[in-house]
Formats: sequence, structure tokens, C-alpha cells
Amino acid sequence: MTEVFFTGNRAAAEAAKLVRTQVVAAYPITPQTSAVEYISQFINNGELKANMIRVESEHSALSAVVGASIVGARTFTASSSQGLQLMSEGLYFASGMRLPLVMAIANRTLSMPVNIWADHQDSMVNRDSGWMQIYCANAQEVFDNILQAYKIAEEVLMPAMVCYDGFIVSHVAERMEIIDQEQTDMFLPEPDLTKRPLMDPKNPLQFGEVVYPDWYPDYEYKKHKALLDSPKAIMDVGREYGELFGRSYGMVENYKTDDAEIVFMGLGSLTSTTQWVVNDLRDCGSKVGLSKIRVFRPFPDKEIVEACKNAKVIAVIDRDIGYGTSGMLFPDVTRALYPLASRPKCLNFIIGLGGKDITPETIKNIHETCEKALEGKEVETVNWPDARKYD
Amino acid sequence: MKKRWDPKSYKDLPYTPIMDRPTTHNKTGVWRTFRPIIDYEKCTKCYICWKFCPDAAIIIVEEEDRKVEIDYDHCKGCAVCAEECPVKCIKMERER
Repeated sequence: MTEVFFTGNRAAAEAAKLVRTQVVAAYPITPQTSAVEYISQFINNGELKANMIRVESEHSALSAVVGASIVGARTFTASSSQGLQLMSEGLYFASGMRLPLVMAIANRTLSMPVNIWADHQDSMVNRDSGWMQIYCANAQEVFDNILQAYKIAEEVLMPAMVCYDGFIVSHVAERMEIIDQEQTDMFLPEPDLTKRPLMDPKNPLQFGEVVYPDWYPDYEYKKHKALLDSPKAIMDVGREYGELFGRSYGMVENYKTDDAEIVFMGLGSLTSTTQWVVNDLRDCGSKVGLSKIRVFRPFPDKEIVEACKNAKVIAVIDRDIGYGTSGMLFPDVTRALYPLASRPKCLNFIIGLGGKDITPETIKNIHETCEKALEGKEVETVNWPDARKYD
Repeated sequence: MKKRWDPKSYKDLPYTPIMDRPTTHNKTGVWRTFRPIIDYEKCTKCYICWKFCPDAAIIIVEEEDRKVEIDYDHCKGCAVCAEECPVKCIKMERER
């Protein structure tokens, strides 16, 4: 165990090195670029024995790691924003072929207007691609989650995205701990290649075979079921990681939610700010809590229900927007809570789009709206507290 | 005799559909709504149908005096052959 001062991108690269990634293919895009530059350096100075495939686009980057994974390699790629959008087609190939890929996403919004800063639009619009999605609030979590993502993906045979906010996490250096090579090898041995079909050039097979309508739903259900059943692996790996290295992980981190009347819910770095505000509000006597969603796919229904058991108002904070409806976390939360006999009031707050700073004041503003709802006053369901209003 | 693979549910399916043969082994003829039928009395073996078939589903059978045959495992029933035949010896019949 070594104490270091790393950015999120450096932490991602370090984790990819420690898992002994064999094939890396990526295309540079802000704010992901430096993650892959670090890996390039590791390969150049002999710290990592891997093939870096130089590609002309993100579409090819993902296709290259898909190909490498089919022959059994452990792979790594990373992207952001428009780059992830260009990969979109391949995302479904990877999950449909049940390849245990791991990809780092330095979250950035989607154009237009052009903007390079953080929000969750890029990964959120790909939430239904069959990839597991793990969100990180700081560089330490990026490191821990990437190591765990390999173990989880290779267990359930579904690919995983590890998402962290562009610049806020990707470029900010923090004190954190890394584990050494020996510890990593113990935690994550070489992949068991007998678990899945592999391509052997001497005995060629056709992957991605056509399936006719009669059996298509069954294949879709098989994928869906793999993600539905994956929380067991996610929890087991999170617990094991904690036993070995001192930091345990679950699907959701519920903070002071047991007696909370108002529960904030969100993912990514905004949860750190929110946690700070929760402490502040608790000092002032408000019964508030935070449900920090670590795993967004598969969706943690059980933990969300647990977090809301005594709550009267739920503030679902989305750093993304489904144009014409609500944020993209909101519908999943309301779906999970709908069957409850006494449902809390669910409000949605769209904040921090395109890198707009999320300050404690933003969260306190959300809290004020929740207080109004708690008093029974009428409030809008989908709120934009940090956008200017002209009407 | 080799037992025929007979999956009962998603549990019996492989992780992803894989074949050890090329896609020509996929019997795509089931997509067909109309089936072309050649009247060999009228056929002049001009091979225009063979040339026009967009799916290479018309075969020249060398052993049988180079007559044309329809590969019903792959023919989609587009009727291009029937349209192009200069002697109109291919008729399209609805599949049942």
C-alpha cells in the first residue's frame, strides 16, 4: 500500500496497469486524454507489457478491444462525451457478446452547444447498453472501482463502465492510496478463460451470429438476467476489497438516511458536496440524509427502498437531462419506490449541466424546495435550480 | 446418432450465439413470402435469372446438363428472377 497524490485519470491508468491489461485501444478526447497518455508512458518505459493499438476513432478503439477480448485478452479503453457516442454501436456488441471489458469514462456533456466540462449526459444516454455503470466521487474511488470492475465483469461476463466527473475528478490531484502489484495479483488473478467461448484463429468461429425472432427475446432476457443477478458479484467483490484493503463498497452508500425526512440522491462528485451539506443541515437540526448511488446499472432497487423507508421527500439530483421528460436517474428511483404502500414525494433537480459549479448553496437551494414540499406546499416535480428563469 | 440441440429456455442458450460455419449456413429462405417456381418446359437456360438474382440463390447444376435450380434455403422470394425471365417461365406462388 502506497500513499500517492494522483488525479482521477492517473488513478485510472494506474489501476489498468496493475490489472496487467494486455491490450489498450483508445482515441484522445478531453477530459479522458491523460488517462491513456499515462498508459502509453507505462508501456514505453517497460512498466506495463501491453499492446497499444493506435486507432483513427473511438468506434475503432472499442472494436479493437472487442476483438482482443474475443481471443481472451484483458483489455482497457477510456473515453468521454462525443467519443463515447461514437462508440455507441460497439457498446451493444460488447454486452451482446458478453465480453468482460472495462472502460473508464471521464464524464463530459454532449454537444451542442460545444462544452468540454462535466455532466453525466454521455454515460447516462448509454445506460441501457447492457454495460454495468459504476460512478466515482474522487480519485480513490476511480482506482478502487476500476480494480473491482475487472473482477466483477469477469465474474458475470458483462462489460463495465467506471464513470468519474471530467476535470472535477479526472484532473484534480488528491491524496489517495494505491495497492502494489502483488496485492493486485492476489485480488485479481489471471482471468479464467474456460468460462466463455473464445476465438481461436486455428479453429475459426463466427461470433455475433444472427438470431431469428423466435429466440431473440430469450437472448435479450439472458443479458437482462445477467445484469439483474450481478449485484451478488458486485457486493461480494466490494466486501472482499474492503477486507483486503480497508475500503468496502456496495451498490449504494446510504449516509444518515435511517431517520431522514428528506433524502438527497445522486451520483458522482456532487455527492461529496451534498454529504458536506447534509452534515451542515444536521447541525442545524434538519433530518436529512444522502443516498450516494455507486452502481447505476444494474439499478439498486433494494438499497433505494431501504434509504427511503422513513423519508417524506426524496430529492433526486440529476447532472443530466432527458429532454422533454426529467433527469435520467429520476424515473428509475420513482419506479423503484412506486410499489411502496406509503410513497415519499419525489422531486427531481437538474443541476451542474455542462460543468456549472455545484456549490453547497446549490444543494441548500434544493433543500429549501424540499422543505416547502415537506410542509405540504405545491412545488414543481422537475426543477432547474441553477438555471436562470425569465418568466 | 448425434443428439439434436434442443434448448428449453434462456438458461440452455450459449452466452452468445456462435457458429463454426460461415453465414451461408443460415437458412434465410424462411423469410420468403412468395416462392419462385421454374417451368423447365419453357426454360431456355439463358441464365439471365442466375445473373440477376441479388442473393446468389439460383444455382447452375453442372451434373444435370447445366439446368438452373433455386436454392430455397436462401431465396427471399424477391421475384427479380420472375421479372427478368425473357420467356416468363418463373411464376411466384404464395408460401403457405
